[in-house]
Amino acid sequence: MTKKNIIQAKNLTIGYDENILMKNISFDIHKGDVFIIMGGSGCGKSSLLRVLTGLMPPQSGHVWIDSKNFTNASQQERDEIMKKCGILYQSGALFSSMTLAENIALPLQQYTDFSKSTIDDLVSLKLALVGLKGFEDFYPSEISGGMKKRAGLARALALDPEIVYFDEPSAGLDPVSSKLLDDLIIDINQSLDTTIVVVTHELNSIFSIGTNSIFLDKNNKGISGYGNPKELLKNPPNETIKQFLTRGEGK
Amino acid sequence: MTLLFDIQNNILSLCLKGDYVGYENEREKSSLMQIITSKKISTINIDAKHLKKWDSTLVVILFTLSNLAQSKKIKITLHHFPKELERLLKLALTVDQKKPSPTKNNLSFIDMIGLWGINVYHSARMGVNFIKKTFGAIGRLITGRAIMRKVDFLFALQDCGWKAIPIVSLISFMVGLILAFVGAVQLKLFGAQIYVASLVTIGMTRIMGAIMIGIIIAGRTGASYAATIGTMQVNEEIDALKTMGIPTTDFLVLPRFLALVLTMPFLTMWADFMGMIGGGTVSILMLDIVPQEYVRYSINAFNLDNFLVGIFHGLVFGCVIALCGCYYGINCGRDADSVGIATTKSVVSAIVWMIVMTGIITLACEVIGV
Ligand SMILES: Nc1ncnc2c1ncn2[C@@H]1O[C@H](COP(=O)(O)OP(=O)(O)OP(=O)(O)O)[C@@H](O)[C@H]1O
Ligand SMILES: [Mg+2]
Repeated sequence: MTKKNIIQAKNLTIGYDENILMKNISFDIHKGDVFIIMGGSGCGKSSLLRVLTGLMPPQSGHVWIDSKNFTNASQQERDEIMKKCGILYQSGALFSSMTLAENIALPLQQYTDFSKSTIDDLVSLKLALVGLKGFEDFYPSEISGGMKKRAGLARALALDPEIVYFDEPSAGLDPVSSKLLDDLIIDINQSLDTTIVVVTHELNSIFSIGTNSIFLDKNNKGISGYGNPKELLKNPPNETIKQFLTRGEGK
Repeated sequence: MTLLFDIQNNILSLCLKGDYVGYENEREKSSLMQIITSKKISTINIDAKHLKKWDSTLVVILFTLSNLAQSKKIKITLHHFPKELERLLKLALTVDQKKPSPTKNNLSFIDMIGLWGINVYHSARMGVNFIKKTFGAIGRLITGRAIMRKVDFLFALQDCGWKAIPIVSLISFMVGLILAFVGAVQLKLFGAQIYVASLVTIGMTRIMGAIMIGIIIAGRTGASYAATIGTMQVNEEIDALKTMGIPTTDFLVLPRFLALVLTMPFLTMWADFMGMIGGGTVSILMLDIVPQEYVRYSINAFNLDNFLVGIFHGLVFGCVIALCGCYYGINCGRDADSVGIATTKSVVSAIVWMIVMTGIITLACEVIGV
């Protein structure tokens, strides 16, 4: 059975002016995958994510989401597509002038016609899902970094997205919280068949959650590994990936 | 602690002997580097057999030496190096080999002017686009399609409204006071100190009230807009808004813009009033003018045209300050430094544009004869 492609990157070139980070890269993300984007620091993972979510145009090439050309889409079509996507930013990116409940309610108010009481119930549910039951009236400045991340995830999940993007979900979390977040990612992936795209360096996460991955290589400005991370570890296609996946110990 | 070396058959041998702690001998260093650059050398041998204590000052020398050798394709061999030193050196030499993006330092004068012109053109276009977007958002607000939270608007209104009253009162009171003082010195010569009342009234209502308010609010509210929105950029909140399909102009700019544009005329009126009170204080306490007289002359000098021109200035300044603050906030970079820069730029450009607008309004008034 071949799985449906939900995100397709076709010949993307990514960079800032003359500083080209990735040249002509293509890859497909299947529906229901937990797709890992890995690579050394500064190789352009966050930039790639910004291109995939439409925050930055690629220098050339296209991103297709759900068989629609996302890169060339009009603002309206883009909003329509983004409605199906949730994003968890590196810092949570909660709006600091709003309570957690208001933060999570915002996309619901924006995209649905639900009544206020329905929205309130949905907000409570999403907060409970990420283990923040009862924190509705807290402001982002009143909770810890890990809680902010989880609240950010609750907001990303508000509209039951088909795709959720994560930028370094475990950065700045203690090992236990980071494990909990990984479990949460798997739960979301399996219970709702959500496609998950994760940028991470965390080897533990890569192996425990990843079903498919690409490895971005700074030296040849392209993808130097593509496949299930466990397979990549077994048969590393090149030395760089081997070094990365074994923390440089796999001599 | 010396850099001993000798050269034989294009081979330079450097011997490290004793302690190199806090080593700082520019002369020796430069003579060594000079020899390497000027003489034909194929290999450098460094022997650390007799090296005892060392710190980063030695590593720096070896690092510079290695870089120099690399660029001149000279081979370096290390002998008897302590393991830590060798590792440190290796680490320093193998960091990110990515070429830094080309620096544009040595441009010719003509190129520089051209580049400057292009930059100005781009910023002008961005600015105009931003203004267009803001007015588009106002249009959406009127047709009821803008996504703006009422709370944000009320909060902004409160912040630039009554919370600004104390500072506005103080400054305009002082300005009225100063106007009266300076005027009185001259008017007294003619025994015409009663006209201080007219001077203060006309001065404050026509322009001084609006200008002072403009400068205070640019520093107080405009800067806070830039800093708040800039910090949101750093925290990826703006990214989150964009990907949620919420236009930043609706959500962030509109409430702030409206609040400022609505309050500025009232603040200007209040400043006019406080200025007159300041002038009156000087007149009554120092110039022995009877309060009733001061009031009478003030009312006589009060001219509706002047007053309305002043209010109009306030309105325009409100637009300018809000646009500058929000524009620099939204176009802020992604680090703490950029927020500082955005704040500074917003205040400076708001003041510059206020002066420009004052010039334009004054000219227009001249033409239509107000
Ligand atoms: N706004 C920008 N303007 C110009 N260059 C940028 C910008 N953002 C990033 N870069 C450059 O792009 C490169 C890649 O940045 P990016 O944030 O995508 O890396 P990353 O792979 O996410 O790294 P990390 O793992 O450290 O987060 C960096 O070397 C940086 O110099
Ligand atoms: Mg990153």
